[in-house]
Amino acid sequence: MKFTLNGRRVEVEAHPLARLLDVLREECGLTGTKEGCGEGECGACTVLLDGRPVNACLVPFAHAEGARVSTVEGLKDRRLRAAFVDEGGAQCGFCTPGMLMAAAALPKGFDEQGLKRGLAGNLCRCTGYTAIYRAVEKSRARRAPARPKVRRAAPKRPARRRSA
Amino acid sequence: MSLPLSQMTLLRPRSLDQALRLLGEEPTLRPLAGCTDVYVALQFGQPAAGRYLDLWGLDELRGVRRGRDGRLVLGALCTWTELQRSALVRRHLPMLAAAAREVGGPQVQNRGTLGGNVANGSPAGDGLPVLAAAEATVVLGSARGQRWLAFTEFYTGYRATQRRPDELILAFEVEPLEGRQWFRKVGTRAAQAISKVVMAAVRAPRPRLALGSVGPTVLRLPKTEAALAASAPMEECQRLLQEEIAPIDDVRSTAAYRRHVCSALLDRFWSETAPPRRGKQR
Repeated sequence: MKFTLNGRRVEVEAHPLARLLDVLREECGLTGTKEGCGEGECGACTVLLDGRPVNACLVPFAHAEGARVSTVEGLKDRRLRAAFVDEGGAQCGFCTPGMLMAAAALPKGFDEQGLKRGLAGNLCRCTGYTAIYRAVEKSRARRAPARPKVRRAAPKRPARRRSA
Repeated sequence: MSLPLSQMTLLRPRSLDQALRLLGEEPTLRPLAGCTDVYVALQFGQPAAGRYLDLWGLDELRGVRRGRDGRLVLGALCTWTELQRSALVRRHLPMLAAAAREVGGPQVQNRGTLGGNVANGSPAGDGLPVLAAAEATVVLGSARGQRWLAFTEFYTGYRATQRRPDELILAFEVEPLEGRQWFRKVGTRAAQAISKVVMAAVRAPRPRLALGSVGPTVLRLPKTEAALAASAPMEECQRLLQEEIAPIDDVRSTAAYRRHVCSALLDRFWSETAPPRRGKQR
């Protein structure tokens, strides 16, 4: 069956009722997508199907036919990944791939409520969520042309100016 | 979870006609769409071997539109995400948009469908009280034709419906609703929780109340509604409500808590939808 996986057109043989999660992990070798609960509660297996977050444990492979599937391995948003590290948004790390994908699907210009709603389908048992929210907000704030709001980034800037 | 894939077959019709024909020839086929219930049931040990009918690609069953006499027609495959975003739903059936926002998280909202919620028939289904309070009509289709059923008569018992094995739910029709709509879901947490109690209601000259998770299926409360219409005291309405519901103790809550919450929700519905300027109607 043909579909687009992380921007590449691929053809994968698997049963149409196999879980997309299992196809990604076992047939495609992409083990970044995790299985938490296996019943759509935890969001650890979140991938994007045609740009929208879904639980890969509840998607039959047939529904990926001709679609764009994006997994954490294809996530190009380095700011988002770095912000999770900087802010302590990842602790045990099991929810992190799903969190990253759900965050990547947030609409532009989300507010606090939009952020919480956007990540509502992802459970984390370590962070208490505030570090994750902070990380996502930070990654978006840095994109703005204005000065970064995060203080930690400030010391680096004068150094760069001097060398320039 | 390891599915017995070698004993599972998926039929993938290209059109609704083809799907209905396949189901007519083989009524034991198990329909599936967004799979947010079907795959969970398989995980919980429901026998997975068998033949499945994939409805997900049937675009004829998607979308929200205005039908005859201004009625709203909701395709069975409308996802919760589509229902939240639909301008028609937000304007004419805001309690459905509210319910759609509270189902699972975005991952489930992107896949779960209104038709699937109804077909699954869980007494805790969040869409069910809305359709009951709106007095929606279920459109059922088979190779033999279509028929229309009142949603309030659709369920015959716990997860039992009037859908015949060769029928599919095609759509729901809702006639224009007068009055203020109200929806409230009470769960363990704000998101990703199955309802302990879920209530949809309409404040109109003929008030309508529908409750989920407090009986074998979604309940309308005719005695309580009549008491509200007659401006009976709230305590009296709550007493009638308690007679009309039949909650049980289960993994999510207790009967006693559900009873307490239902009375509180009734009071809140009535006070929050009270017409402005007039005094409290108690």
